[in-house]
Amino acid sequence: MSKHSGPPGQPDQPQPGERDAWLPVPARKNRRRRVVLADPRGRGRVLRTIIELEEQTSVGEKLIRDLIKQQLRTAFALGGGTLTLLALLPLLFYSVPWLAEVELLGVRLPWLLLGVLPFPLCYGVGYAYRRLAESHERDFVSSVDR
Amino acid sequence: MTFLLGYVGSRRANTTPDFLVARRAIPATRNAAAISGEYLSAASFLGVAGLVLKDGIDALWYPIGFTAGYLAMMLFVAAPLRRSGAYTLPDFAEARLGSANLRKVCTFFVICIGVLYLVPQLQSAGLTLNTITGLPAWLGGAVVTAIVVVNVLGGGMRAITLVQAFQYWGKLFAIAAPTFVLFTLFLAGPGNGAREVDEGGVLRFHERVEVTTVDEVRVQVVEPMELSATGRINGAPVNGAVYWTAGTYTVDRNTELRFVAGSPVPVVAGSPTSNENWLKPQTGGVGGLFETYSLIFATFLGTMGLPHVLVRFYTNPDGKAARRTALHVLYLLGLFYLFPTVLGVISRQYLPQLLVTGKTDAAVLLLPTTMQPNLLGQVLGAVVAAGAFAAFLSTSSGLVVSVAGVVSTDILPGKVRDFRWATVLTGAVAIGLAFLLPRADASLTVAMSFALAASTFCPLLVLGIWWRGLTWPGAVAGLVVGGGLVIGSQVVTVISSYTGSWAPSVFSQPALVTVPVAFLTMVMISRLTRRLRPEDVSQVLLRLHAPDPLGFMRDRDVQRFGTAEEKRRLAERRDPPHSRP
Repeated sequence: MSKHSGPPGQPDQPQPGERDAWLPVPARKNRRRRVVLADPRGRGRVLRTIIELEEQTSVGEKLIRDLIKQQLRTAFALGGGTLTLLALLPLLFYSVPWLAEVELLGVRLPWLLLGVLPFPLCYGVGYAYRRLAESHERDFVSSVDR
Repeated sequence: MTFLLGYVGSRRANTTPDFLVARRAIPATRNAAAISGEYLSAASFLGVAGLVLKDGIDALWYPIGFTAGYLAMMLFVAAPLRRSGAYTLPDFAEARLGSANLRKVCTFFVICIGVLYLVPQLQSAGLTLNTITGLPAWLGGAVVTAIVVVNVLGGGMRAITLVQAFQYWGKLFAIAAPTFVLFTLFLAGPGNGAREVDEGGVLRFHERVEVTTVDEVRVQVVEPMELSATGRINGAPVNGAVYWTAGTYTVDRNTELRFVAGSPVPVVAGSPTSNENWLKPQTGGVGGLFETYSLIFATFLGTMGLPHVLVRFYTNPDGKAARRTALHVLYLLGLFYLFPTVLGVISRQYLPQLLVTGKTDAAVLLLPTTMQPNLLGQVLGAVVAAGAFAAFLSTSSGLVVSVAGVVSTDILPGKVRDFRWATVLTGAVAIGLAFLLPRADASLTVAMSFALAASTFCPLLVLGIWWRGLTWPGAVAGLVVGGGLVIGSQVVTVISSYTGSWAPSVFSQPALVTVPVAFLTMVMISRLTRRLRPEDVSQVLLRLHAPDPLGFMRDRDVQRFGTAEEKRRLAERRDPPHSRP
């Protein structure tokens, strides 16, 4: 909830060019008026959406259902993808035995694939999920907060 | 050295934090280090290297699973669970489904998992003490139990996440420094008796070696060999030269085996005998493939059900921070697990005698002094041993506190005295089981508790958080079926280990079967009992999933749980944690 949640283009909101003229007495009057009129209005609107969410009106419930679905889809896609990728390795080693003979930098390929690779992979997937989940949440907040 | 270990150990134990106090303003990085410090137990510190030594590349699935578990946790559980405001799994279950019956079942499984996890910690403590000082193995477990119980009883634990975070870095140092030194020596000095890692054929002793078994062990011989022995082999008394053809032999306890240099190394039954098989993945056939998948399932999904891990997430300020913490844990664990792997590979060259007795968990402890029988080796050995004891103590304390807390609040009336009794009881049961159960490798036993967690709490948490349709009879049925199957298979495994290891691998690694069964049961029964869906399900899901910046979610949270928390915090000024009625 920003402090400047009053509707834009309101007549008494100072334009960027007028900022210097803000400090003197007439400007203070402007400011006071804005606090009284605009702020409660904005807050009330947000509160109403939150109450809608809390009371699970059709709109509120739809909103939260969509968020849950979106987060779950992301989690499934990333988690399932990682699990599949990792779970393919044993099958791959089992069905393609010559893969075990391949050497890379003096270390056999499977040792690199299992000993080193999964850790950056997990971190990368986790990082991607954090980004996605947080952006979903931001979208949700702004859709409520608007 | 014993004194040094005791000193380091007890000092660490004194400061092992009481994490039940949720301080909610800890930065994600530090909290992640604290969680990693709690999580890296005997199985990670000793077990992973031991399994790599014994089973080769297939053992790498353990560290992968232990790490990837946090990914699953982060994706499905971390943030919503933190927002739920519950402190323990039974708390969460009750808040979500509003059933006292479910709460009781959850309590039972929390205790099961906690005790199953404690047993290998205590057994490894015994092994460590025995390896380093030669004192009897039971003493180590008893000492750790005593230290932990006394600490918890005295209420001497403080909520210092910083110390726990420090423990992670301490453990990392305790394993990384020896790894660097030994790996350099390994690369530099073929004179240390090392051979090419990928030498074909069977592993051979490169010097005269004497091995004395502690427990009965079955070894596998692939090449005919001569040795001399004193004791009993295959049930018959032996004293003097023995000729072994290819086959499997049962060596009784307290039997001394003397091998000459160049003779092949007999390996405990079930492990790869040749270096070639050790180096290659998936040589165990379809059974091995099944075991690997089962292990992946168990560890990937089991981490989210471990009581001492879950409870640690509540020190985060909000759901977003919980997610970030889990991400940091991924990186910290990934960093740590590189080192036991390297140590395991090196120890294959220097400690083949461990393969005879199967006590491969000792590899990390013995490697420094074996490679460097001088002051440097002793110093490195002391560092490793101190790290190992830190691992036992921090993990055991965490487990004892979380189990005793659940026992005292859910089974006993929950007074201070009950908490103390619960602590003593938990310690006694754990140490009793540690003596009673056969000492398997730490990682294997721990994997069992992962399987149990994956088959019980993973479905409960995932469905509870993401699915509106869950009902309490469904949850109870899923827990009972999943947990019952795992416990049953564990019992079968223990019985079979006493009567000649006849059970197939399905019983030792059941997760691949039990997890889907548990999920299915939960969904089916919930569908059948649709009428019993809790009325406030939408409210609860809203609280779990709505983003943190919509402050009202947290306000509601405080409304519902915060007052209790304040009460508890007040109570804690006088009493140990979890003593609230």
